[in-house]
Formats: sequence, structure tokens, C-alpha cells
Amino acid sequence: MHPAISVIFFTVASGAGYGLIALLALSSLITIDAMPTRGVVLSGGIAALCAITAGFVSSTFHLANPRNAWRAMSRFRTSWLAREGLLAVLFYPIAALWLLRWWLGYDDSVITQALAVLTVLWAMATVFSTGMIYACLRTIPQWNTSLTPANYLLLGLMLGSLALTSLRLYWGEPVSRMLVVNIGFLATAGIMKFLYFFWVGTPSGPTVNTATSFNRATVRLFDVGHSAGTFLTQEFGYQPPMPRIRVLRMTVYVLGFIVPAVLVAMGGEFNELMVAALISLAGVFVERWLFFAEARHVVTLYHGRQQV
Amino acid sequence: MRLGLVIDLDVCVGCNACAVACKQWNTSGTTGPLTDYQPYQKNPSGVWFNRIRNFEVGDYPHNKTVHFPMSCMHCEDAWCVTVCPTGASYKRKEDGIVLVDQDKCMGCNYCAWACPYGARELDREDGTMKKCTLCVDRIYDKKLAPEDRQPACVITCPTHARHFGDFDDPNSKVSCVVRERGGQALMPELGYKPTNMYLPPRAVRQEKQHDRRPSLVDRVREWVNRSVMR
Repeated sequence: MHPAISVIFFTVASGAGYGLIALLALSSLITIDAMPTRGVVLSGGIAALCAITAGFVSSTFHLANPRNAWRAMSRFRTSWLAREGLLAVLFYPIAALWLLRWWLGYDDSVITQALAVLTVLWAMATVFSTGMIYACLRTIPQWNTSLTPANYLLLGLMLGSLALTSLRLYWGEPVSRMLVVNIGFLATAGIMKFLYFFWVGTPSGPTVNTATSFNRATVRLFDVGHSAGTFLTQEFGYQPPMPRIRVLRMTVYVLGFIVPAVLVAMGGEFNELMVAALISLAGVFVERWLFFAEARHVVTLYHGRQQV
Repeated sequence: MRLGLVIDLDVCVGCNACAVACKQWNTSGTTGPLTDYQPYQKNPSGVWFNRIRNFEVGDYPHNKTVHFPMSCMHCEDAWCVTVCPTGASYKRKEDGIVLVDQDKCMGCNYCAWACPYGARELDREDGTMKKCTLCVDRIYDKKLAPEDRQPACVITCPTHARHFGDFDDPNSKVSCVVRERGGQALMPELGYKPTNMYLPPRAVRQEKQHDRRPSLVDRVREWVNRSVMR
């Protein structure tokens, strides 16, 4: 599967943004260390919305005909991409209202708290939909597991928690419990990522036998029928060699989870947390690249592969 | 009415006439011209609805070359329709043909990810996804003679390896031939229920090897025949 940089940036940036704003809203409901101050909520909320918006702008670069992009929410009844678009667009007024009430000083009222609950749930639903866009496809067996939306949620929350802790440190708030939350998310996301890499390693999906209906004999591609590449080979033909995949997986573990965990455990200064957040972000970028690069579409069975 | 194609793998010789006919018919029509990418340069490529892939089944000397013309299967549970966010991809109720509305498609490629057969291709010039239309602009065209109201690939096939008809009619050509020859769907485990069926090659007994020494009678007969001929 050809990893498109625009889609990678979209999923990572929007996932981190939704994670940040969800945890921000959550920390305003259940006091973690202390009630967040107005500065933290507003700056965090606006930063999160900027990240989400940057992600969506990036995703439009993936479209070949963006003129019709406004129609992308119309089939929300069947399409996860439409559902994600609809949830994302409707998230803006909810988050904006919640932030507006904090701006105006109504941070104690029940309405603000209700909006905070709605923000958390809506942000998580949007990230879940993003994961389901990929997980619902039976043509890509690597993605067709529950680990896909689980990883999207956990990695978004992990990046959001690191960003939130950095932000609270910047504004001089206590973070002792947030550091534990960070370690919790880093560990859980790391374990889930390991499970995903373990699960998708061996080809176990459809074979060229079922693809050609010849189940009784060995089937080999003799001639693919075109001398140059096609849309299909360009979109689905990319497969990095296994040594490179192993090195990149190690990079994901080290940059995404291990180094940030060490930095967080070191005590909790703003500089360390900021570096941890950025290193983890780099690790998640590599993880998302691998997510696309390791995917094997069943159409490759018609282009020489024996099993996906 | 469930329209579709049946492709006879026993008869197809891999001549690619169906691919060329499809490309020619779709120079105009509902989906417009199919773009060619650098057609006169080193690596010519382009948008094709019908691609023939060739497989070797079995190991020599018990092998066979099978040619697989593959275009859109017009699946009953077409996930390209389910996942399309704009509604450009739709399945017609009256005849089951899956089409792409070129005015709605935004070229996100999601339907191509959902299609296991590679039926949908992005036309980089138009920015939309294009696929086999089952010649919907041909099969209902009253200005054509009734025998020409078939997909271009079916009419052009020189070995009559392609059949077109209504799978819901148990007496149609396609239903009969699928029943008699045991037509198969490709990748049925994905649950897409493709309409197009492929007829497997007929089981043919291998020609007898002449590994026995000819008998005396045969050798005398052979000598007599030779003498008479010379």
C-alpha cells in the first residue's frame, strides 16, 4: 500500500488534537492534580483545534477531485469516511461552545460540564471513526481487526496526554498524577502496538487459489498483462523489504514509547516533557507510515503474490 | 434483473480483444475517454476497465495457462458502494449494475481500496474513479440493433468466451451455462457476492504417451503403408 504523506499527517495530527482536547475536557471534569486554569484550557483547546484543522486541510490534498469534497458527508449511513467527516464538522461548534464558556468565565456551570462530557465523547467517536475507515475493509486483512481503531484511539490519547502535561507544566500547574497517566497511556499504547505487529506479521488472508477459484493446484502469475505500471500497482504495489520493516518497527518502539517513557519518568520538567511529546510524535509518524506500508491489499494476489 | 457476465476460462485464449473493444467503446459514452498516460513514450500506461491476467495452474507436465479477463464483477454486496462517502458509487436497483456518478466522485480512492478485484481505477486527468459500466449506454440503446445491445467485450470475443445476460432468469444463457459448467465466483470468502462468474477449464484427459513398442502386426502394417505411399 502506498503510504500517502497527506493521509499520514492527517491521521496523526487530528488524532493528537482530539486526544488533547478530550483529555483537557476530562481533566476539567475530574480533577487530575488540580482544576486546570483558564489559560491551560483556552491555549490547549485552540492548539488542539488548530492541529485538527491542519489535519483536515492535509487530507484534502489526497483527493484527486476536491471540488466534490463537500459531498463527502452525505453517505454517513453506510460509509465510515462520511461518518468521520460529519462527526468532525459537528465537533467544531461543540468544542467552540465549550471553550467560549471557559473564555467567558462560566467554567463552573452545569452546562459547561455537560459540554465537556460531549466534547470528550464526540472527540473519541471521531477518532474511532477514523480508525474504522481502515478497519472495515475486508480487502486489507492487516487492517481488518479491532486492533486498528484501538490503536488509533490509544495513540491519539497518548500524544494528547503528553501534550497536555507539557502545557500544564508551561502554565506552572502541578502534574504528578498526569505523569502517571502519561506512563499509563505510553505503556498501553506500546503493548497494543506490539500486539498489532505480532498479529499482522504472517500472511493469513485470502490466497491466489481462492482469488482464481483454482483450489486444487498451485497457481502462479504468468503474465500480469501490462508492461508498465497501472493505477493498481502504483496504489497497492509498494512493499518495503522485511529488514527495513523490522528496523522501522524498532524505531516505533524506541521513539514512540520507550524514550518518552524514560523522559516522563525522569521527574517532569517542561523541557523533558516537551521533548518527550515531540519524540513520541515522530515515533507515531513512523508508526502510521508502517501501518500503510505493511498493508497488503488482496488485489496484489492478481499481481504475483501467493497470499496476503 | 441481475445483469452480469460469464467468462469461459476453457475457451479464452488471452487475445485481449475484449480489452481493446472496451477501451474503444469507452472513448466516448457515459464515462468519457479513458486517459492514456505517456502512450508513445517508454512506459505507456492508462485507464483500462478490462484487464487480462494470465496464470499458470499446476506444474509441468500437468499445467495449463489460464487467461483471466477481469472487469467489474457488479457484486451484490458491493462494498465499493458501501464505503463511498459522496454517494458517487451506486448500484442500480433495476439491473444491478454498479456505476460511478462522475459528477459526484471526489477521487478519494476509498472504493478502490474496497474492491478486491481491482475493478476501479483513478483517471488522473479527470480526477474521478472509473470502472466497467457493463456498457449501460449500449445495452439500452434503442438506436442499435437488438443483437448489438450487448457489452462491447461480449460482441467482439472471437472465441465466444464471454456471455452476457440476466442471472435472475433461470433460463437465460448465463444461468444455464453457470449451472452446466459449474461457474465459480472469485474470492467468495470476502462476502461481496460477485455477479460475474468464471467457467472453469474442462477436465481433459492427457494425450496417451506412446511408450509401448509397436506390435508385429502394427509394424507390418506400417511397412505396407509406407511401400504403398512410395
